[in-house]
Amino acid sequence: MQVTMTVNGEEVTREIEPRLLLVHFLRDTLGLTGTHWGCDTSNCGACVVLMDDEPVKSCTVLAAMAGGHAIRTIESMERDGQLDPVQQGFMEEHGLQCGFCTPGMIMTGRALLDRNADPSEAEIREAISGQICRCTGYTNIVKAIQWAAAHEAADATAGAGEEVTA
Amino acid sequence: MQVPAPFEYERATSVDHAVALLEKLGPEARILAGGHSLLPMMKLRLATPEHLVDINDLTELDYIREEGGEVRIGALTRHRDVLESEVLARHFPIFAEAERVIADPVVRNRGTVGGSLCQADPAEDLSAVFSVLKAQLVIRGSAGERTVAMDDFQAGPYETAVGDAEMLVEIRVPVRAGGGSAYEKVERRAGDWAIVAAGAALWIDGGTIADAGIGLAAVGPTTVHVTRGEEALRGQAPSEEAFAGAGDIAAEDCSPAADTRGPVDYKRHLARELTIRALRRAAAGALQQEA
Repeated sequence: MQVTMTVNGEEVTREIEPRLLLVHFLRDTLGLTGTHWGCDTSNCGACVVLMDDEPVKSCTVLAAMAGGHAIRTIESMERDGQLDPVQQGFMEEHGLQCGFCTPGMIMTGRALLDRNADPSEAEIREAISGQICRCTGYTNIVKAIQWAAAHEAADATAGAGEEVTA
Repeated sequence: MQVPAPFEYERATSVDHAVALLEKLGPEARILAGGHSLLPMMKLRLATPEHLVDINDLTELDYIREEGGEVRIGALTRHRDVLESEVLARHFPIFAEAERVIADPVVRNRGTVGGSLCQADPAEDLSAVFSVLKAQLVIRGSAGERTVAMDDFQAGPYETAVGDAEMLVEIRVPVRAGGGSAYEKVERRAGDWAIVAAGAALWIDGGTIADAGIGLAAVGPTTVHVTRGEEALRGQAPSEEAFAGAGDIAAEDCSPAADTRGPVDYKRHLARELTIRALRRAAAGALQQEA
């Protein structure tokens, strides 16, 4: 069957088997290997991407179901050489160790901040509660998302061109 | 890699279209909503449907509204919308309490009310909630709609009253004055299925329990509706003694199986204790409504 969806702002059309999962469509058909494929049972959250701006576990969505929808993956986060503040936060706060859970965590963090610019620590922990960091680095992941929230708030109030410091 | 067996994929454009597709494609067709129960089962080849009818475009089934003394919930309503619903929070706090412990936020973005009910997992939480609230379920086929009480909806584990060429379209929950409700669940880790869960509702009129609802998850082959416990509560004043009596009945009237989540006596203990806790908080909510 043929499926057409928007991936990172670009419309893509491919011939697929109906049983192809979105995670494999992204990784194998489109070569976007930034989205990780983990437990395959919708438990670990390594495969989280945004579908119409909401985080979904792409191992439990058929590529066919994504037809007509907008998918956003980790590859879209850096723009014009500029990291997304959530990515920057993961660097600043050591939010990753092995890095396997990182793309999913970053996408969920991005979606959270787009809905709630100033989340509490509890709200951040709740948002990532369906995702597993096997290095158990949750504290720094939470700090990374808090870093991004603080810097986006500062950016929003700072005048154009002004330098913002932590 | 876990891959489902091959199937044909169809996308429904309306409820009538979905029903027509199910009728045309026969008993090996299945409805695909959020997919978070069906796709994992297909990956394990526990389910091998030949056709999937994707109903995710049917926004006509995605709603929570108050109408005619009932709250009506469309079958395609996502768990997240149930959790965040102001209408449900106002009338039935039990929904948000149950939703908060159903899977995780990312899964709740996709999973649907209708999908959870039709999966009919004995440990599923909303089935217990709808038992507590004595919901009516609307099923549509080509011949029209029929309404089934929650008690008659589950035919067994993973089996429901929905026929091959039918689909669940709406759940109706009666709104009555003086009600309070609560949900208690014990799970091994965040987002897991219940070891045991208990939901309760009380409707209090003039200091007396006019009606009660008690439902248990994960302690039998289907959701357990503790009707004998409800009967025992009716006409009594809400008290610790009355709740303990209902808790005893809940422990007696369920039939848990020993598994990796615990032995039978532990699950009966939980059934009793969680029933009492849920009743206690339901009473507090109901008395607040009455005041």
